[in-house]
Amino acid sequence: MREFSSLIGVAALLVSVSSSNAADFKPAVVFDMGGKFDQSFNEGIFNGVEKFKKESGISYREFEVTNETQREQALRKMAQRGSDPIIGVGFAQAPALEIVAKEFPKQRFTLIDMVVDLPNVQSVVFKEHEGSFLVGMMAAMKSETGKVGFVGGMDIPLIRRFACGYEQGAKHANAKVEVIQNMTGNTPAAWNDPGRGSELAKGQFDRGVDVVFAAAGGTGSGVYQAAKDAGKFAIGVDSNQNHLHPGTMLTSMVKRVDVAAYNSFDTAHKGGWTPGIQVLGLAEGGVDYAMDEHNANLVSSKMRSAVDKAKADIIAGKLKVHDYMSDNSCSM
Amino acid sequence: MKASHVSVPAWVTIGVVPVVNIAMALFLSGLIILLIGENPIDAVQLIFIGAFGYDEAIGYTLYYTTNFIFTGLAVAIAFHAMLFNIGGEGQAYIGGLGIGLAILAFDHTLPFWLMLPIMLSAGALFGAAWAFIPAWAQAYRGSHIVITTIMFNFIASALMVYLLVNVLVEPGNMSPETREFLPSGHLPFMHEVFAWFGIAITKSPLNISIFWALICCVLLWFYIWRTRWGYALRTVGHSERAAVYAGIRPQRVIVITMCISGALAGFVGINELAGVQHRLLLNFTAGYGFTGIAVSLMGRNHPLGIVLASLLFGILYQGGAELAFEMPKISREMVVTIQGLVILFSGALAYMSEPWVARAYTFVALGLTQQRAGEA
Repeated sequence: MREFSSLIGVAALLVSVSSSNAADFKPAVVFDMGGKFDQSFNEGIFNGVEKFKKESGISYREFEVTNETQREQALRKMAQRGSDPIIGVGFAQAPALEIVAKEFPKQRFTLIDMVVDLPNVQSVVFKEHEGSFLVGMMAAMKSETGKVGFVGGMDIPLIRRFACGYEQGAKHANAKVEVIQNMTGNTPAAWNDPGRGSELAKGQFDRGVDVVFAAAGGTGSGVYQAAKDAGKFAIGVDSNQNHLHPGTMLTSMVKRVDVAAYNSFDTAHKGGWTPGIQVLGLAEGGVDYAMDEHNANLVSSKMRSAVDKAKADIIAGKLKVHDYMSDNSCSM
Repeated sequence: MKASHVSVPAWVTIGVVPVVNIAMALFLSGLIILLIGENPIDAVQLIFIGAFGYDEAIGYTLYYTTNFIFTGLAVAIAFHAMLFNIGGEGQAYIGGLGIGLAILAFDHTLPFWLMLPIMLSAGALFGAAWAFIPAWAQAYRGSHIVITTIMFNFIASALMVYLLVNVLVEPGNMSPETREFLPSGHLPFMHEVFAWFGIAITKSPLNISIFWALICCVLLWFYIWRTRWGYALRTVGHSERAAVYAGIRPQRVIVITMCISGALAGFVGINELAGVQHRLLLNFTAGYGFTGIAVSLMGRNHPLGIVLASLLFGILYQGGAELAFEMPKISREMVVTIQGLVILFSGALAYMSEPWVARAYTFVALGLTQQRAGEA
């Protein structure tokens, strides 16, 4: 047991050394299972912290977890090295971040996509249902067949929140519209299965769908390709994916995780970082639909004005979008 | 040729050959690390320091080892009956479901010492049940066990998602998880056990389930090599027709063996759910069932070999994570590549180096005997 106690001594020494260096700015980020190049959620964070690195010249520590237990391990390791602030990516890191943030009350943590209520934690969450509502409206207005499709990634409540918002938006624009939904799978592999995404999209096209929204991470690329091949329309997700197939991509439901990550580093560096909950919906610019030169001539001015009106109504509180995750059901 | 008279002793095939295999894998990994511009010696050092350098690391290494022992044993027992159980992942998943349900049902009322046997039985029962169906189909209907167990992995994962998303999820929880188990459903962590004796060690996920894993090793060794059933099981593995001739019913042996295999895989849930996560959640099996195949191959399907192979994989998992942490150029995909090379050389190519090692041994042994003969 002597080894153990001497090792503890070494560990304690390491901790004290790192905290004495805490004066320099050492940000860190712990990516989740998808990895930083998942073309979606994690990559959004990656883009945000890379932007900070480019602008400030300050590099950051990073780690990509590969299993459940590594989350707590990685966050603690970052904290022990004196990193501050530390970004935890994704709702699944919440329990681990809560434990570590309590152990290191002097360091600052930012959690994206989930809430942890501690004095040194900043929680950033998004109202995906609001953004999905808008692209749902757009899909229903663009559709000539009166049928629109949704391809989700892994079947979890968060993705059902997208689907539910999308369906409400489509019905809001056209009460008679039919929404056909498919989930890609039940395992995390569903986030990166373009082949299956393509098959699901083709199946929906065969049933008359002519606009499809993919909230499925890397699986989406298969959906978009299928839409392009069949001459139908597709809607991107998370980052602005309009440029992928100009003429096919009707719009994208953007979720600005990059901004959230950038702001965390930037405000911690310059001052103004505050703990607490930030709920980013349409009003805060956290979610939105994307317009650029790639989809300008796909979206008519009538569509835009209708969607913008709904957006203003949602922001003003006149139009309520039901959140699937508030009661785990999509009954309207 | 005198060489044929020198027989190669067991310690060479069991001890030296695996070390040679690992050395070859590390050499190749070293070349790759060199190629991306890092120092391979430093990398290997980081892996070992990361796995054993401080007590938290040792805890993590042994925690991974525990999972690999369970799944490795599960693959090994099936292998002795010439059954290739690829379904460890699904059996572990469903075993975990049993454990989770048992804890959720009883943690309000029962104390820990009553919970423990209930958890163990529930995990074993559910894991065995999940292995029973493919086993029955193999034994009585001739459906190939490799195909059915693979398919049962997918069915298990679909079932778990359905249950966790729709039925078991804690109301108001963002992720599909059940409520947290009450303390009577928690296995003591090793840092807690050490604290009872007044010894302080750093927190890690290592819990007392590692003792159960080691007990399982002994029990399995006894079952396979010291009981009538184990004899029947090995006979079926060597030759089904000979087994029939000897009055053994292979169908029964297949079903029983697979049920034990599934039960062992189900114990992953003891370590993961009752030991660490303290709730039932998705994907807690994290590929341990599949890695168990490599562990069993590398351990030559023997409990002692499996313990050593599990330890090696524990080192690779924990040390590999540390490596990715310390060397930013080494991504997690690189770590998977190194792990893959070790599996390739110790599993798939396990027998490639054996003739060379045997020849080298013969050469040395012959030289020594001749020398001795010369001296005399």
